[in-house]
Amino acid sequence: MLTFGTGNKAVATAVRDAKPVVVAAYPITPQTEIVEEIANFVNDGSLDARYIPVESEHSSMAACIGAAATGVRTFTATSSHGLVYMCEMLHMSAGARLPIVMANANRSIGPGWNIGAEHTDSLSMRDTGWLQVYVSSVQEAYDATLMAFRIAEHTDVLLPVMINLDGFVLTHITQTFETVEPGDFIPPVATPHAIDIENPGGYGTLTPGDTHFTFRRDIERGMQASIPVIVETEAEFARRFGREYHLYDEYRTDDADVIIIAMGTLGKEMEVAVDILREEGVRAGAVRMRWFRPFITPDLDGKDVVVIDRDYSFGFGGIVANELQAKCGCEPFSVIAGLGGQEVTYDDIAEFVRIRKPGTEYWFGVND
Amino acid sequence: MYEIRLHSRGGQGGVTAAKLIAYAAFLDGKYATATPLYGAERRGAPVVSFIRIDDEPVRVYSQIRNPDLVIVLDESIMELVDVLKGIHPDGEVLINSQKGTTVEGHRTYPVDLTGISLSLDLVLAGNPILNTPLIGAIAKLGIISQESAKQVIAETFRDERNVDAALRAYEELKI
Amino acid sequence: MAIPDEEFLLKTTSACAGCPTSLILRYVTKAAGADTVLVIPACCTSVIQGVYPTTAMNIPVYNVAFASAAAVASGMSEAFRAEGRKTNVICYAGDGGTIDIGIQALSGALERGTDFLYICYDNEAYSNTGMQRSGATPLGAMTTTTPGGKKDLKKDLDAIVAAHNPVYQATACAAYPQDLYNKVKKALSIPGPKFMHILAPCPPGWRFPSEKTIAMGKLAVKAGLWVLYERENGKLTITGASKAAMKKRIPVEDYLSVQGRFKKITPEETAEVQKSVEETIARLQREVDGIC
Repeated sequence: MLTFGTGNKAVATAVRDAKPVVVAAYPITPQTEIVEEIANFVNDGSLDARYIPVESEHSSMAACIGAAATGVRTFTATSSHGLVYMCEMLHMSAGARLPIVMANANRSIGPGWNIGAEHTDSLSMRDTGWLQVYVSSVQEAYDATLMAFRIAEHTDVLLPVMINLDGFVLTHITQTFETVEPGDFIPPVATPHAIDIENPGGYGTLTPGDTHFTFRRDIERGMQASIPVIVETEAEFARRFGREYHLYDEYRTDDADVIIIAMGTLGKEMEVAVDILREEGVRAGAVRMRWFRPFITPDLDGKDVVVIDRDYSFGFGGIVANELQAKCGCEPFSVIAGLGGQEVTYDDIAEFVRIRKPGTEYWFGVND
Repeated sequence: MYEIRLHSRGGQGGVTAAKLIAYAAFLDGKYATATPLYGAERRGAPVVSFIRIDDEPVRVYSQIRNPDLVIVLDESIMELVDVLKGIHPDGEVLINSQKGTTVEGHRTYPVDLTGISLSLDLVLAGNPILNTPLIGAIAKLGIISQESAKQVIAETFRDERNVDAALRAYEELKI
Repeated sequence: MAIPDEEFLLKTTSACAGCPTSLILRYVTKAAGADTVLVIPACCTSVIQGVYPTTAMNIPVYNVAFASAAAVASGMSEAFRAEGRKTNVICYAGDGGTIDIGIQALSGALERGTDFLYICYDNEAYSNTGMQRSGATPLGAMTTTTPGGKKDLKKDLDAIVAAHNPVYQATACAAYPQDLYNKVKKALSIPGPKFMHILAPCPPGWRFPSEKTIAMGKLAVKAGLWVLYERENGKLTITGASKAAMKKRIPVEDYLSVQGRFKKITPEETAEVQKSVEETIARLQREVDGIC
């Protein structure tokens, strides 16, 4: 069914269609509309779920852990401060191998108080064992949320999945999107280690030094196994519902000399910059990274790379640029732009390409 | 791509108006997006919304810098904000005006949206509803079709006076 | 006590028209004076101060993470006192940041005997994010996350705080500034942990016209839904307009029916609200009379 709504509404609608049994909810700008819409769905009966209005984000993830531990499908949403407030619980949910799905509205972390888009919140949680996907349209927000449940709950994966949307830029923009009847696209959740009264056991008990590391290795196995599961899920989604997604999006990369790399909405806007540059005779192309965990390295062989990081790791550099460099050996022109909702246009992006100096860092808007 | 910048005050329904215009454009078979520019939100503060309409999927998320049309839902905003900033040389202006205000250098369409609503007693929480007559005015400018305008209003509002308001604005706006 | 003229909350805040919080803050800062630091977690007041590079506050304000206000105040108070400074440390927080996400820090700060004043201004919802329910939202109230009306009772913050035996505990209401001023002044004259719970009727959240803020606050007190009191050294004193309300009250209906947020309240819920008012008044009266 074709409909019209915001990025937040699309996520909430996908949650309605995925039919979780428990939703934990706590408000935080700019994700609040997600938990409000879900409250409406529960109230009007279109979603039959237990809605827990928790008292903090640490508790929203804790509540999801409790629910998922019994073997049911769960969901919550958060942003920036809320995400990092539940940091301990993010580690715990992945360590507990629970297929929780969460939407995160990417927003900067204070002080000062700023509600603009920035990826540092989720990227600073990249070590937790959560899968992370970054979306760039309202339709993709809907589709990725549906797919997230199937991927998380796959018995080869059993890891939580975070869907990231740019705060305000994507959460609050209204676009058309088509909803689907998932049917058995999302099979019933069947968590193998769900609490079983007939087969009691201890969960998360003390693990000694000669064993603990094996559990950590298992998490990584799940993370690696998720790659073919993601590919298969996206292929099946395309087959059933007609929309194609890949580990990363490529735009005019075939004969490109220079590739722009970004995540989220800048990853869509940069296509316009590519078109402008092509008109000027610059063979530009763009790769929009979608899955950040597991980290999928695009093929950048021999090309100049301009990476736009809407994030920063103090004392090191732009997180996407540095992880790319580590994995593919390239020397990106690392642009730091869009922090705290800083305005970045396709004209700005085209200029980043024109002024590029490989192996250097450039803070857009700052003259050092 | 056709770009519209809509200026209003918080609580006047400007953000909703932007969504309705975009939705009508979508019903016409176009690709359309609507987005508000948020500051510290409170009733009465000036707010801005952006609407983009195109025959291709809209890939731009940054703010509209060169609008083709500027809509001003509350004339008093013009004393606080440069509503014409960046407007296309051929850009046009639609103002909710009770006194036929025009703007130098740009084709201006003043229309008394407030008067239309008040005459129909179309008021919500003490404020006249401006977005439904606005839809009628936008249809008169040919940006959206009359059919889509009617459909959007019918789907969104139960009170039929909203359709009357749109029709009145359609009639009153002089091209 | 005469209220001084000096303003610490300057004109052109970012508050909504009819905002009770800015009214309360005005009198709190007048009572506290210049030698004060406000510790403010995420709440409407974070926004009311205005946007960098200006501020509407002529007093130091330390803006902190949502869950942390009382803990930050703890650290700040210890530091000031260690340096021999008498600077007032005042937490100024909404209901969400106090009764939900902030309760752990508040409990700890009270239990440790921290020398500070914690003020919770209560508009009965997460207002800064657009009116979602909080633990302080009353029974039957519509919020964006309780579209059918809240089915749970309002968490009794005052009872939770009382259990920690603060040296001074009071309630106040935005509609009665002199009573509010007197209590802040008294609180700040006593060393140790002090707590004030202040009703803040919110026009957009409770859905009433912006010019009715004061009237709404008075209705709450006259209905006995909000009782003005102070508790010091274990002695409870009813203050202001609540003295009359202890004896004779308007029906809660008169208060509920003029707020859009109670549009969906059922007759049973209204009866429950009335019953709970009667029980609270009776309990407070017993405490005043020394029968507990």
